[in-house]
Order: sequence, then C-alpha cells, then structure tokens
Amino acid sequence: MASNDSTSKTIIVALALCIVCSVFVSSAAVMLRPAQQANKDLDRKTNILAAAGMLKDGVSIEEQFASIKTRAVDMATGKFTDAVDVATYDQRKASKDPAMSDELGDADVAKIGRRAKYSVVYVIENDSGIDKVILPIKGYGLWSTLYGFVALESDLNTVAGLGFYEHAETPGLGGEVDNPNWKAQWIGKKSYDTDNQQALTVLKGSVDNSRPEAIHQIDGLSGATLTAKGVDNLIKFWMGKDGFAPFLANLRSGEA
Amino acid sequence: MSTNVKEVLFNPVFNENPIALQILGICSALAVTSSLKVSFVMCIALTVVCAFSNLFVSLIRNHIPGSIRIIVQMTIIASLVIVVDQVLKAVAYDTSKQLSVFVGLIITNCIVMGRAEAFAMKNPPGASFLDGIGNGLGYSVILLVLAFIRELFGAGKLFGFEIFTVVNNGGWYVPNGMLLLPPSAFFLIGLFIWALRAWKKDQAEAPDFKIAPNSSEGETA
Repeated sequence: MASNDSTSKTIIVALALCIVCSVFVSSAAVMLRPAQQANKDLDRKTNILAAAGMLKDGVSIEEQFASIKTRAVDMATGKFTDAVDVATYDQRKASKDPAMSDELGDADVAKIGRRAKYSVVYVIENDSGIDKVILPIKGYGLWSTLYGFVALESDLNTVAGLGFYEHAETPGLGGEVDNPNWKAQWIGKKSYDTDNQQALTVLKGSVDNSRPEAIHQIDGLSGATLTAKGVDNLIKFWMGKDGFAPFLANLRSGEA
Repeated sequence: MSTNVKEVLFNPVFNENPIALQILGICSALAVTSSLKVSFVMCIALTVVCAFSNLFVSLIRNHIPGSIRIIVQMTIIASLVIVVDQVLKAVAYDTSKQLSVFVGLIITNCIVMGRAEAFAMKNPPGASFLDGIGNGLGYSVILLVLAFIRELFGAGKLFGFEIFTVVNNGGWYVPNGMLLLPPSAFFLIGLFIWALRAWKKDQAEAPDFKIAPNSSEGETA
C-alpha cells in the first residue's frame, strides 16, 4: 500500500471522507426536517396567539389557532387579496425579493429597507364580525431587526397585545421588550387619535397618566433608549400610512 | 487502566482546563453565558461534538495524510456540528433560537480542533473519546459557573426562574446590566483563572520576560 502521503492516497481519503460526511449530514437534515418545520410553525402560531393575548395553557396550540383566519393583504391598496397563497407565502423572503417588494426610501422610518407587496394578516371573527386582527410588524432596534405581532380589538384601534418573537437586543436591557410587565402596558392603548391620525408612541421615560394623550403612550425602557426608539419607529411605520393604516381604514368601512 | 481512564476524563476539568489553562474557546464562553439554560445546551452540544470528533479522527488517524490532516479534522467536526445544530432545531427549538450562530461556531472552537490535533491523532479511539468528553466537561464547568453568576446577578434568575425579584417587576434587586454584556465574562474568566492558579500553583506560567527596573538617574542625565 502506498504511503499515507502519496498523491493517490490523499485524494482517495479526501474523496471518501467527503462522501461519508455529506451522506451523514444530508440524511440528518432530511430526517429532521419535518420536526423542525413543525417546531417553526408551532413557534409562529404561539407568538401570534401570545400577541393577541389568547394563549391559554393546557389547550393545544393547533386547537387554539383553529379560530384564526390567515389572509393576505395587498399593501398598496389596503385590501384583501388572493394574489398569493398564504399557506406557502414566505413574507420574509418576499421582502427581500425586488419583484415582490417595494423600496421604501424616505418613508422607511422602521429601517427595514423594503416592504413586501403583500402582507399576511390574521383575523379572528365572531358572530358579529371581526373580533381581533393580528398584524405582523418588524423594524430595526439597536442591534437587530425585531419581528413581532400587534393585535387590535374589533374597533381596529385599541391594542389587544403586542409581542416580539425574534430579536437579538441585549438581554436585560433592550431584551426587556419581552418583559410581560412592559408588554402589558400596550393593552388598551389607542393606536389612532380622534382625527384618525397615528398616535401610538413609546416615550423616553414614563407616561404621565394624568394627561389625555397618555392613552397613546407607552413607557420607555430604562437602559434601552435605542431599542425603545426602534419599537416606537416600527409602530409608527406599520400603523401609519405606509403600513396597515389604509387596510385598517378599509376594514373599518367594510371595503377590505 | 482505571486510573488512566479517570485521568483522561477528569484531568481537563481542573488540571488542564481548556479555557483556564489552555485559554481556548473563549469566544463562545463570552457569548452564550448570559443564561444558564442556553449555556447548558451549549455545553452538551460542545461535549458531544468534541467526543465524537475525537473518536472519528482517532479511528481514521492511521490513514490521514499529513498534508491534509487539518482539513480532514475540520470536515469531520463541521459535519458533526451541522448534525448537532439540526437536532437542536428539531428537539429544542427555543434554545436553538437563542444559541443561533454559536452552535455553528463550534466548528471553529479551538477546543475541538485542539483536542483532535493534539490528542486524537496520537491515541486510540477509546481514550480519544474520553478525552473529548473530559475537555467538554472542562469547558462546561467554566461555562456553567459563568452563566450562574451572570444570570443570577445580571437578571436575578436561574434557569429562567426568578431568584431575586428585580426592580422592573416591583422587587428590590437592581440587576447589574453589565453582567449580561459579553465583556463581563472576560472579567469573570480572568478571576476564575486567578483563583484556579492560586489553588494549583503549578499552572501559573513563568513570566515571558522580566521588567527591568527604571534606569537610575545617573544614567538618564
């Protein structure tokens, strides 16, 4: 047998190793994919339910999610659309695809660069019509893009909940956006003022509850000014005219 | 044999700790130790990768051509890390989300490569496997100590359960936010190494050079 360092042996060892390793890696990936996909779906559904304040212990997520309808909205017209199949539509991928998204330019307060042409929204209906609407939101904080959901009550103005399911802000500082006490403040706040202008905002410091505008204001996060600013920006963007405001207006007047 | 096994397995924990003595694998020790749960999963992941990479490298050590041995080790380590990452995504999705890129970075963790090159290339598979586990344990000890201190004093929690009620939640404890930032782990590792070397004096290194005394006034004048 040739010595270990001969050219032929080197090539044979390299090839054999590559083949064995690639078979090993790809079979693991293929076998584990269904479990991973299920985890991802479950995680997304849990976050949607948590944002809507509907997450209950002891009931399976699938069961809880059954009452939620997934729809797609055309962001340009603010109306429901069937242009994309919500079951397979990947909004995150679409927002990077020039054919599926719009450059935001000056309107880009949330620093997200591009906005997907179609957005998935989640609607919960009851006997008298819409019960809750859950909207996906995202925007840049200090280190990372925050991805989350905001849920609105049937008046499409009162916040029913807010939550982020993915971010990489500093734990303990910006990461406090996940603090249940902070998130609880959002519940009951009004997104639009009496002139129907976007008014919801995160302050730097605490809200003075004696003032009338307190209904639109959220306490800042101490030690996380920039993350709080990021949340403020993304709320302003997604609740504003380049975000979901046209869709919500249509929905309110029954024209969506 | 039994003393030998014990030595291979437990020497790396305190006597030849990969982080404290060999100063390897600092990067992930800084990054993932802000919570105990995440550190714990990271420790298991690294120990598994280290043990099995040592095992496989050792199994084929007699056939590895010297000219491509590093890349052969890398290929084995990378394959194992991808598999571990996939498994974590399938069974511990939440934690794998927090670990994000750091599982992938085990590939470049010096401990794994260091042990493959320094131990597994020269020793039989059984001993190499144990050496991998031992070094994984050594890494784990440091990570868990760091994570314990950082999570307890940085967030008032352990494994996510509240120990000290922090001010934000209406309690008394003002968390030390600095401890949650990666540099704090640097200080803690430094203190740990200091303590370890004060205990085991033979680990202290001889100084590389002697600082000469200040030149006397007569010479400078």
